[in-house]
Amino acid sequence: MAKFNMSLKKNEMPMQDPVLRGKNFSEVALGYTKELALDEANRCLECKNPTCVQGCPVNVDIPGFIKKIKEDDIKGAYAIISKTSSLPAVCGRVCPQETQCEAKCVRAIKGEPVGIGRLERYVADNALTCEIEKQPKNGHKVAVVGSGPSGLTYAGDLIKMGYDVTVFEAFHTEGGVLTYGIPEFRLPKQIVKDEVNKLKNLGVIFMPNVVIGRTLTIEELFEDGYEAVFVGSGAGLPNFMKIPGESLKGVYSANEFLTRSNLMKAYRTNATTPIMKGGKVIVVGGGNVAMDAARTALRLGAEKVTIVYRRSMNELPARREEVENAIEEGIEFNLLTNPVEILGYNNLEDRRDPKNGFVTGVKCIKMELSDPDEKGRRRPVAIPNSEFEIEADTVVMSIGTSPNPLIKQTTKGLEVNKWGGIVVNENGLTSLEGVYAGGDAVTGASTVISAMGAGKIAAKATDEYIKSKA
Amino acid sequence: MFEIVYKKVLNPTVTLMDIKAPLVARKAEPGQFIILRVDEDGERIPLTVAGYDREKGTIRIIFQTVGATTYKLSLKEQGEYIQDFCGPLGKPTELDGLKNVLIVGGGVGCAIALPIAEELKRRGAKVTSVIGFRTKDLLILEDEFKACSDKLVVMTDDGSYGTQGNVCAPINQMFENGEKFDKVITIGPLIMMKFVVSAVKPTEIPCDVSMNPIMIDGTGMCGGCRLTLIQNGERVTKFACVDGPDFNGYEVDFDEAMARGVMYKDFERHAYEDACNLFKGVK
Ligand SMILES: Cc1cc2nc3c(=O)[nH]c(=O)nc-3n(C[C@H](O)[C@H](O)[C@H](O)COP(=O)(O)OP(=O)(O)OC[C@H]3O[C@@H](n4cnc5c(N)ncnc54)[C@H](O)[C@@H]3O)c2cc1C
Ligand SMILES: Cc1cc2nc3c(=O)[nH]c(=O)nc-3n(C[C@H](O)[C@H](O)[C@H](O)COP(=O)(O)OP(=O)(O)OC[C@H]3O[C@@H](n4cnc5c(N)ncnc54)[C@H](O)[C@@H]3O)c2cc1C
Ligand code: SF4
Ligand code: FES
Repeated sequence: MAKFNMSLKKNEMPMQDPVLRGKNFSEVALGYTKELALDEANRCLECKNPTCVQGCPVNVDIPGFIKKIKEDDIKGAYAIISKTSSLPAVCGRVCPQETQCEAKCVRAIKGEPVGIGRLERYVADNALTCEIEKQPKNGHKVAVVGSGPSGLTYAGDLIKMGYDVTVFEAFHTEGGVLTYGIPEFRLPKQIVKDEVNKLKNLGVIFMPNVVIGRTLTIEELFEDGYEAVFVGSGAGLPNFMKIPGESLKGVYSANEFLTRSNLMKAYRTNATTPIMKGGKVIVVGGGNVAMDAARTALRLGAEKVTIVYRRSMNELPARREEVENAIEEGIEFNLLTNPVEILGYNNLEDRRDPKNGFVTGVKCIKMELSDPDEKGRRRPVAIPNSEFEIEADTVVMSIGTSPNPLIKQTTKGLEVNKWGGIVVNENGLTSLEGVYAGGDAVTGASTVISAMGAGKIAAKATDEYIKSKA
Repeated sequence: MFEIVYKKVLNPTVTLMDIKAPLVARKAEPGQFIILRVDEDGERIPLTVAGYDREKGTIRIIFQTVGATTYKLSLKEQGEYIQDFCGPLGKPTELDGLKNVLIVGGGVGCAIALPIAEELKRRGAKVTSVIGFRTKDLLILEDEFKACSDKLVVMTDDGSYGTQGNVCAPINQMFENGEKFDKVITIGPLIMMKFVVSAVKPTEIPCDVSMNPIMIDGTGMCGGCRLTLIQNGERVTKFACVDGPDFNGYEVDFDEAMARGVMYKDFERHAYEDACNLFKGVK
């Protein structure tokens, strides 16, 4: 019974050529063909007790949907994924599968795990239309703050249950980080648009250009008749290292750099939004955001892009696949290295020299990892007298974010923790009745899937809450 | 889409518009700003709320044509629409308890200063205004300032109107005459605010400035609007869009802010020239 494909390796993802793709913004990974997908699906052993499902933050029925692929029933597969995940086309592309479902797959014990993410993407991209079940309207109204993955998920779940849902978004477009953070070459914006349009067709109302806390407050939403509010306002303001030179011209936060490129379309040659192009670029940090900034810089025409990260390759928090892509595209990695100062041009003879105040390089120090502490974590420590300089014209700081204080400042009684994250219970309920929260606004910068999971939990709790009141 | 319900050209480069935006008008306070995009694919630019009519649901903006976006906006006519209009953003100017205030405005900064002067007047405070322009042709809002100021001094750099000189001359004079104020609020080009702050400093009167750095989102996400305050000898990063736009003038690192302000000069000149050529082609 040659039922399963016992190859130890997953089918490779067809990709754009690394040299060509470094010069364009089209999607890098091209997606499995039907043959590749069927063949990969056949690597799944349909475990009775599927460990992969436990690794998935929203517990997608993985062997269930893979079985449907084997039967070439794409719609059926999509229906199974949709039961627990609302953005399969997005998750298939950006989830860190190597630490979630695929990390737990039994096939990974010997060889590579089943390519679950790639199969999920295959299903989402090929299930063109899909009936969505929707309950009749129940006459209750809920409001959502922010249209990132957590807010979209919450909105999607409740509209299907019959609620009237309005999403308030500060920006002029929807999608949150999916739109202005993650670049086109990794997550085509059309996919995000399609997901948003699906919700619009289901009846979700989107109100762009509304900043909750300024244009309207949460209190006013309740006065306007909304019975519950979900806050999915995201991770907030970029952190800086507080080292000298961070205000030189040519120093960006990754958020600014990526927003300029994505949202304002600075990557188009005819765009009116300015962004630094060309030259040598240093990106400080090791997460997904840093990888995206580095690869965006490359595509904007940088001569050379270097990632500076204070720990080693093993600790890079970015998705493994993106690190590999970055290496293939020629991004250099300066690991176990930490910036101590950003250097700038300063012509003392001529104060009016137009180059004054622009970045010229970064002074760094070498780091080593300490012996593991009680928790097994190895801290990076500076090696004395190991400073050296790297040339740069642009420096992108990608070292995390701190919550935006706006909603907390304008919502009386909303509790936050000492880092400014909104405090919630296991149902996503905040310290205020009827106010739920989830995603990066609660956890700090995390992942799309956990934001989605939080939206789901809060949607369920909201439904129970509103029904219990009625 | 947001309708332009009224438009008036104030001088060759400065235009006033009232925009229908009821949600923004309901909340706007002096010192706050909005972010707009003229059209699909346009850049987001911040402009100060120069006035509001809660009943009519309109917001007044007064802007100077300096680049591609403001140029495109200046071409829009009454009855036409702009794509996006978001606000009110930033913290309102702190006016509570002020009884006697000196307002110093420069150029288009006067448009930002006007609603503050008007609100102070409405609250019964004594308002002294000094407004400065490069030359007579650029003078704006004189009548409006007259209406809400107990005393108004108009300055032009070249003496073509009012008194010749920059805004620091009359305020130095006032201080020499022993005039006292609860607060000085100054809004205008960075270099002007820097000099006003140095002029006020010896008097120890609190002096607020309105900082207008380059902004992208205006909601506290990108960090592009950061500036440095020097508080007790320590350099502290602040974000103008959420922590400001008003700051204690004594704490602002003006030199750094001025250096950052010219980051895109060359690029923008090109974008502006392109836009101009583009529109020339259309016309
Ligand atoms: C560059 C980059 C790359 C990433 N790559 C990955 C990846 O590969 N895989 C992965 O799993 N995760 C990745 N992430 C993380 C992931 O995108 C986030 O964890 C996720 O988007 C969080 O979702 P959210 O719904 O909490 O908030 P967000 O996506 O941040 O959305 C919040 C929304 O709320 C709006 N908002 C904020 N305040 C207000 C207000 N007061 N009123 C109205 N609206 C408001 C914002 O404008 C925004 O649209 C990446 C993040 C970035 C920045
Ligand atoms: C909080 C705030 C309030 C403002 N209020 C007013 C106002 O009431 N009236 C008014 O005329 N102007 C105001 N400005 C400045 C106005 O936003 C800029 O003039 C405008 O963005 C220029 O856009 P542009 O495309 O026409 O010019 P560009 O070609 O982009 O630039 C021309 C010049 O404007 C500067 N500039 C460009 N973009 C910005 C930006 N986003 N923010 C600040 N400066 C920028 C550039 O450094 C350059 O010197 C304000 C700015 C801020 C931050
Ligand atoms: S653990 Fe691996 S082999 Fe088992 S069901 Fe999940 S994907 Fe298939
Ligand atoms: S404009 Fe982006 S953080 Fe202020």
